[in-house]
Amino acid sequence: MSSYPEYHTIGDLSEALKKRKISSVEITQAYLDRINRLDESIRAYLFVDTDGALEQAREADEALRRGDATPLTGIPLGIKDVLCIEGKPTTCGSKILQNYVPPYSATVIEKLRREHAVFLGKLNMDEFAMGSSTENSGYQITRNPWDLDRIPGGSSGGSAAAVAGALCAAALGTDTGGSIRQPASLCGIVGMKPTYGTVSRFGLVAFASSLDQIGPMTRSVEDAALLLNVISGHDPRDSTSVPRKFPDYTEELKGGLKGLRIGIPKEYFVDGMDHEVEAYVRTAVEAMRDAGAKVVEISLPHTEYAVATYYIIATAEASSNLARYDGVRYGYRDPSAGGLKEMYEKTRSEGFGTEVKRRIMLGTYVLSAGYYDAYYRKGQQVRTLIREDFTKAFGDCDVIVTPTAPTPAFRIGEKTDDPLQMYLSDIFTISVNLAGLPGISVPCGWTKDNLPVGLQFIGNLFGERAMLRAARGYEQIFPAANRYPEIVEKG
Amino acid sequence: MAIGQKEVEHIAVLARLSLSEEEKVSLEKDLNAILGYVEKLGTLDTEGVEPTSHAIDITNAFRKDVLISFEDREKILENAPSKLESFFQVPPISEGISST
Repeated sequence: MSSYPEYHTIGDLSEALKKRKISSVEITQAYLDRINRLDESIRAYLFVDTDGALEQAREADEALRRGDATPLTGIPLGIKDVLCIEGKPTTCGSKILQNYVPPYSATVIEKLRREHAVFLGKLNMDEFAMGSSTENSGYQITRNPWDLDRIPGGSSGGSAAAVAGALCAAALGTDTGGSIRQPASLCGIVGMKPTYGTVSRFGLVAFASSLDQIGPMTRSVEDAALLLNVISGHDPRDSTSVPRKFPDYTEELKGGLKGLRIGIPKEYFVDGMDHEVEAYVRTAVEAMRDAGAKVVEISLPHTEYAVATYYIIATAEASSNLARYDGVRYGYRDPSAGGLKEMYEKTRSEGFGTEVKRRIMLGTYVLSAGYYDAYYRKGQQVRTLIREDFTKAFGDCDVIVTPTAPTPAFRIGEKTDDPLQMYLSDIFTISVNLAGLPGISVPCGWTKDNLPVGLQFIGNLFGERAMLRAARGYEQIFPAANRYPEIVEKG
Repeated sequence: MAIGQKEVEHIAVLARLSLSEEEKVSLEKDLNAILGYVEKLGTLDTEGVEPTSHAIDITNAFRKDVLISFEDREKILENAPSKLESFFQVPPISEGISST
């Protein structure tokens, strides 16, 4: 097998596997070999499961021989380390969960195993999904394969870097304020967050329960649809999953751009946005207009309040969700503590990183007696106003188009001194989580420094059809699945 | 609404965090910066606006109150930092109390 990727998408791979041109064991070994050669530089993986992956690949080849194959059969995937896989380490990028081995698998993992997908390993992330650069990982910094001095985005930075660096065919990430879409944008790949409640959160270690969603990170829009077909669906074990019939998302890709009404929110083209990002996004919009889409200006008046609202609500929910890390039942425990209270305090202080502590403190404060109404309740009310902005806007358009991130990938260490600066890099993605809407980022350009720029499509609630149709239509104008960074091309 | 060291210490107690002196100073700075930014919500008129606690409008998800047992208790206990038979073992509630 040549070192340069021969198959770029799940679609291509699946066809080659079905036609027996290649076996799952061969393709899995090829990815493992590339991980061995390149991951020392990229540092996307926290844990590579060589034996487990090859075992699963052998099972997949059996299924292929029997004629039992489905699109994900035999496909090697990377899994963000916030998802539980039974018997395999799960750290959530945190020292407080070092050596934690889940006794059960997440629903999405069980679903993928039923299709005989292959898991190559667990991918690096900002600790407990809190961050926009993967610099908050308690273990290692993942590098952007397009420029190893730059961040891959976050919190699903390991997942984005792995897909961009051909270290897996596709990956699962999670998105609470943009953590799939922003790293996808910074790494030049496709990243999608479905409508809230589409994918079960059972087995997803919780950060902010009303915002978290699992989603695909892939090289093409069709691949995202293929993965979403497997992982979506109501789950009685997650009471926030929606009891609804979900479509075949590959059918939703059809139709092209002609006649689609694309809304451009005027509040999203602001000062402080990188000039090249703005240029590529505007070029993309014009290209879609030329392809027959109708472009309308819309307004999302409460956009400027979104980051503030998020940092009240998400941190409040996080302070509650992270209360369970106390050293009693799993993970790290401070061995020197003489009494129970001291054990809790020392364990948590030693096990959690700086950003996690910052957010727990903020969340605890906004929920505390005397401040709850001024901050948390107020935040929830503004969240309603943000949802209403979108409801109104979708009266005039089918899909909303925006830049995904205000800048291309920044340098490692560039924003770590100023937490607020870091938070503002989520400005275009955050409202989407607050409103529970679906969003997808696709590549729309590469800067003069050869850094990727992403275009975001936002759909209405359960409106993946218009969103995927538009994203697929745009992808046909600007295909990028075969585009790899130099580190991959050089092998 | 500025936060001082006393508030930082109070929040740390609520959050069960024990902070170093440097951490307390740096958190005071960070929290004030973030809360300062978040103050802008105070300028919005939200009179009569219903708070959103759930992203999607669905009603209660009920199920029958039936026990489903988890077969492999051993795997759960394997993760325990300290265990005794089928119990998670922890230090005594108050330092100085004998554990027997």
